[in-house]
Amino acid sequence: MEKDSGISKKADEFLQIFKRGEEFTKDLIKENERLRFRIAQLEESVEKSGSEERTRLYEDRIKMLEDEINSLMERYRKTEEENKDFASKYVEVEAENNMLANLYVASYQLHSTLDFNEVLRIVIEIIINLIGAEKFAIFLMDEKTNELLPAAAEGLSLQDISKVKTGEGIIGKVAKEGESYFLEDITNAASEISLSQPAVCIPLKIKEHVIGVISIYSLLIQKNAFSNIDYELFNLLAGHAATAIFSSRLYTQSERKLTTIQSFLDLLKEKPKR
Amino acid sequence: MPNILVVEDSPTMRQLISFAMKRIPESRIIEATDGVDALKKLASEKVDIILADINMPIMDGLKLVSLVRGNPSYKTIPIIMITTEGAEEDKNKALAIGANAYLTKPIQTQELMKLVNSFLS
Repeated sequence: MEKDSGISKKADEFLQIFKRGEEFTKDLIKENERLRFRIAQLEESVEKSGSEERTRLYEDRIKMLEDEINSLMERYRKTEEENKDFASKYVEVEAENNMLANLYVASYQLHSTLDFNEVLRIVIEIIINLIGAEKFAIFLMDEKTNELLPAAAEGLSLQDISKVKTGEGIIGKVAKEGESYFLEDITNAASEISLSQPAVCIPLKIKEHVIGVISIYSLLIQKNAFSNIDYELFNLLAGHAATAIFSSRLYTQSERKLTTIQSFLDLLKEKPKR
Repeated sequence: MPNILVVEDSPTMRQLISFAMKRIPESRIIEATDGVDALKKLASEKVDIILADINMPIMDGLKLVSLVRGNPSYKTIPIIMITTEGAEEDKNKALAIGANAYLTKPIQTQELMKLVNSFLS
């Protein structure tokens, strides 16, 4: 009985120890799970937080960079537009420069001499070299008979060109009215030449007084249309060629009169023989 | 400093071409009125490029090109022909005897500038 009581007591003690151990283990397991949850929470929190912050940071940077890119693209677009603008302006300026060079040279040459024949030669050179005409004639007005007389020609024989009555035909009409004439389609001019049907007819005018007419019948084969420079040269010829021709003719007449008067004076100076 | 020889009997054309060539920095323009005059100028001065008309008195441009190409001292000088003749056969003839380029009148000065600059560079 004593032994039974002792064993039982020991068993109870052991059982209690075991139960306490069990409880402790359960507590440990609970704590472990709680800690594991906490860790997961923290990890998630850290990951999320880091990810979010990083994402936000990256997004901000991306936005900034995108803004910068857009800004640069805008500047590039503007610069490109400016470049195109400059390029077209440059081409424009070059064309203008070419035109001015032609007009300057033509004007300079026309007024570089007072010799009548030289002036006509210069007019011819301008029409060939700067305009690109192949066949043409220069008529000058005879005030007495009111007729246009051929004074010079290129690509045509001067003898084949007849004088023109003012008001008659295209040339005569241009001389009377003082307005330029242009054939609508100058490509036709190349195929058929007619002295009564010029491609271009320009009056030589001093103010509104017509002193002559330039009549162009055909152009060089490589030239198939008129450009702005041509119309400018036509305008220049209408005015400057007229002035140059008029001045040189006046000068020639004056020279001739001077020579005559000089001879007469010399004659008067001679003492009569006694 | 390029020396540019302009061979042209027309004073109007000579002035226009010279006018355009003066825009090339530090260029020097030498003018000749015909082929013979051009050969004299070539003999006495250094020339980097020649611009020559075809239709000229005394000696025409084609003859000038032949003589220039035939002379060892000048045969490498670039020659640009400028003429009223627009036909393809005239162009081929000029290029065949040794011209480097061919321009028809009426010339555009910007076109001439571009061409000359391409040979000088």
